[in-house]
Amino acid sequence: MYPQDFYYTKDHEWVQVKGDQALVGITEFAQKQLGDVVYIELPAVGTQLDVHQTIGSIESVKAVSEVFSPISGEVVDVNSELNNSPELVNQDPHGKGWILRLKVKNKADVNSLMKATEYEKFLEGLEH
Amino acid sequence: MIREPLIFEISDKGKRAFAFPKLDVPAKYDVLGGLPVREDIPDFPQVSEVEVVRHFTRLSQANYCVDIGFYPLGSCTMKYNPKVNEKAASLAGFVSSHPLAPPDLVQGNLEVLKRIADYLCEIAGMDAFTLQPSAGAQGELTGMMLIRACLEERGDARKIVLIPDSAHGTNPSSAHLCGYRVQEVKSNQAGTVDLEDLARNMTDDVAALMLTNPNTLGVFEWDIKIIAEIVHAKGGFLYMDGANMNALTGICRPGDAGVDVIHINLHKTFSTPHGGGGPGAGPVGVKKALEPYLPIPMIEKRGEQYALNFDRPRTIGRVRSFYGNFLVAVRALAYMLTLGPEGIKEIAEIAVLNSNYIRKSLEKDYHLKYDSPTLHECVFSDKIQKENGISNIDIAKRLIDYGVHPPTMSFPLIVHGALMIEPTETESKRDLDIFIDAMKKIAQEAKENPEILKSAPHQSYVRRLDETAAARNPVLKWEREKKS
Amino acid sequence: MSYISLSDQDKKEMLDRIGVSSPEELFCCIPEDIRLKKGLNLPAAMPEPELLRHFEALASKNIYPKYLSFLGAGSYVHFIPTVVDYLSSRGEFVTPYTPYQPEVSQGTLQVVFEYQTLICQLTGMDIANASLYDGASASAEAVLMAHRLNGKAKVLAARTLHPQYRETIGTYTKNLAVTVEEVGFGGNGEINLQELAKRLDKDVSAVILQSPNFLGIIEDLKKIGELAHNHQALFIVAVAEAASLGILEAPGKLGADIVCGEAQSFGLAPSFGGPYLGFMGCMKDFLRQLPGRIAGQTKDVDGNRGFVLTLSTREQHIRREKATSNICTNQALCALRATIFLETLGLLGLKEMALQNIQKANYAADRLARVKGIKRKFAGKFFNEFVLEFPKDLQKVNDDLKQKGVVGGLALGRFYPELKNCGLFCVTEVHQKEEIDRLASLVEEALR
Repeated sequence: MYPQDFYYTKDHEWVQVKGDQALVGITEFAQKQLGDVVYIELPAVGTQLDVHQTIGSIESVKAVSEVFSPISGEVVDVNSELNNSPELVNQDPHGKGWILRLKVKNKADVNSLMKATEYEKFLEGLEH
Repeated sequence: MIREPLIFEISDKGKRAFAFPKLDVPAKYDVLGGLPVREDIPDFPQVSEVEVVRHFTRLSQANYCVDIGFYPLGSCTMKYNPKVNEKAASLAGFVSSHPLAPPDLVQGNLEVLKRIADYLCEIAGMDAFTLQPSAGAQGELTGMMLIRACLEERGDARKIVLIPDSAHGTNPSSAHLCGYRVQEVKSNQAGTVDLEDLARNMTDDVAALMLTNPNTLGVFEWDIKIIAEIVHAKGGFLYMDGANMNALTGICRPGDAGVDVIHINLHKTFSTPHGGGGPGAGPVGVKKALEPYLPIPMIEKRGEQYALNFDRPRTIGRVRSFYGNFLVAVRALAYMLTLGPEGIKEIAEIAVLNSNYIRKSLEKDYHLKYDSPTLHECVFSDKIQKENGISNIDIAKRLIDYGVHPPTMSFPLIVHGALMIEPTETESKRDLDIFIDAMKKIAQEAKENPEILKSAPHQSYVRRLDETAAARNPVLKWEREKKS
Repeated sequence: MSYISLSDQDKKEMLDRIGVSSPEELFCCIPEDIRLKKGLNLPAAMPEPELLRHFEALASKNIYPKYLSFLGAGSYVHFIPTVVDYLSSRGEFVTPYTPYQPEVSQGTLQVVFEYQTLICQLTGMDIANASLYDGASASAEAVLMAHRLNGKAKVLAARTLHPQYRETIGTYTKNLAVTVEEVGFGGNGEINLQELAKRLDKDVSAVILQSPNFLGIIEDLKKIGELAHNHQALFIVAVAEAASLGILEAPGKLGADIVCGEAQSFGLAPSFGGPYLGFMGCMKDFLRQLPGRIAGQTKDVDGNRGFVLTLSTREQHIRREKATSNICTNQALCALRATIFLETLGLLGLKEMALQNIQKANYAADRLARVKGIKRKFAGKFFNEFVLEFPKDLQKVNDDLKQKGVVGGLALGRFYPELKNCGLFCVTEVHQKEEIDRLASLVEEALR
């Protein structure tokens, strides 16, 4: 269920690196925890982000969650579809529900992140 | 059942519900000249008096309320609202007083404000009270400002406020509004403040600890004196969120346990009605050290006269206009005088009895995360029911079908799927048993017929509402449909 | 007298089930050394007849109701239709909780939705919240909202904004990164436009003023709004006398970005200052930064229309320290009264009330200005309040009036040292011609 070519954070973001760019979103687990997404606060194109810097926030009816950047980079595009269809994050969190595209600053940032199997193990550990 | 439309949907030109006496002064020609006069107020209602009365009477019947039944809402203290308090608060002498009237003409009002402040001091064990804050949250903000003013005057401005992870959301937002950074203190296995974590976090950059006691689990912070010592030792203040005071009236006074500043919710502990969301009142009590900073004016008794004192150079200023929600204070005073000292003590005794009765009755049906003794409220969770895919929301919505309002669910955050139940002291055993019975039936349904919970409520004015759609596409007022 | 509903038998059965012999045992978790050892030192319980006598005596220590009064200054006397008290005292409106469970709170929620709509209609704003505590705290919230919206730190506040509103804004902003500077008023009682223009720079977050202002004068909102916007500042209009909206143009049509204020005039008696009704509205782009509860329309599973509290992620119970405000309990019952009031007066009633206020206040101002020695301090247009300058200490005049059963205008010296010997008079539709004439002749006598 968790794409093998993604990297994952402890805060349930994913990043998919393609060349010198990367797509960022939140995981299936995160969207389930949040519930129906109603609004996403997106950053401006051109914003410089450090590892774990706040990208914005995602709101559901009863909760709000900050989204942190998994890697450092510059925002080159945001998924403006989410303005009208925030439910894409619930329906397809790893695909159409992507949040932003970064120009990668430091390729090595992904080394401290988890791969799919590791992330799945991490999720098992969270179950209480 | 008549589904009542919006007033705008029954409004039409030419209908009137109120007539004014004719203008009795000579009308000045062109009195509106040069003024930015509005042409019209598009779609403003025009209805008859009959339509107004039916409209609101029908709408009222779509509401559940304390006068109809039980609200087991934890930390809200939905006790009975005595009607004699309403009568007292409707007396013309109170209602028609202008707040800027010369003090010698409104001695009754000043006496009300002074006496209720004095009685609150006695009940809470504090040295002075202000009635200015209009709600608990505003009381919290006021309390934080008092602390900040005192520390700044001492040249010891600090940056952090500590808040337990079980706290109500108003606590961190109030601290933040006062310019403080919030740091969380963990709860231990017993559900109380972890003393080690507190000691670790308590530095000389911490202005205060905001403590709710009993806490949101209904558990008394029995280490409160040690907590006070830890905080005071580093020069900080102990703020108490008095939302749960209903468990302590006449039994224990926060001021005796080391609390420096406290807010009380008159619309909780002191029976003033919730009104569907206010008005309430959040008076703030302090020990001597913080007294000089209280909002102005203070109400004082000088000989036989009551006076307003604005001459308080170290005050934090005002947190609102005039003196606070005065008529709410009148109701609370009437309540205190109706109960007397024995009645006030009985509040806590029976509140705690009623809550423990519920706890004992349901502890096999619902999961209790903490087994510490609880006072006036207890927190179950949906853990057992989750095994059948049922969450606390489903339980809550099904309770509606049984004629009971759901318990508190949005917090404390430390109990996942929380059901916070506080019966208060005014519930009868019969009503408690109806609730217990309903909860037991629901626990059974969760196992045998979960679908009926998931689709609840079935018998209410409206059924489960789509809150997602409401937030995704907000429609926040009525507008005439544009004809295309 | 207590409100306990347990019989002796009930208590016994309940204690048995719990497994203790008295409620006392349930407090074992409270340490002995902080338990109260003696009873509270409070007056003995009063049964209802005694309580009512006690309160009647208390209320009659207020002799103010016997006086003919011309006080305004943020608290206004208007006719309140009987149905307002009658309907708003129904138990189903007085005793419910906040409508967090919408299925059983449609009465409250629909009223809030109607209230929000009415506020928008009156102010010209796109969105309104479900209420705040009062006009003063609403103004403070508006200032904080502007700061959140554009991140700028300076706010220009008119000196003619109600003194208590300014004080409250000061208290709220003192500990935050917002500074408030005052802009004075000119000879006509309006905000000093040159001073405002000079002080507007790129660091100004918002301009806030009141109209009609504290001195009673109606401001030129369009001009001020343009000035503010030319400097990328938000324009906040505070309305302390909501009745004025019955006839004056909606601030939203004149450039306001946020409108806040006091709706006590809509169905609430002066009540010695509370509970009152703060209101706030804004244009739709600012929705997410609007504080306070908001009701929204939606459908239930059967497709029926219903109302819910919505956009709760702005609020404290979810966003906690990052919330738009800390407000939880607001003034719902007061908003209900205002809704009943506005729907009862209706379009024609609201307009008529406003017109009578203007006519009677003008009559009074003219009549009093004819008294030897008195003159209108400001030439600007007003709604129902005006300032008169007296040839001697107003306090002496007021003392004289008080002896004769009249409370005159508010002496302004304590709020505005530059206006000592000036009094703020308020005349509404409740004042009869004879009463105004009586005020004039008594003032005449007092000055002789």
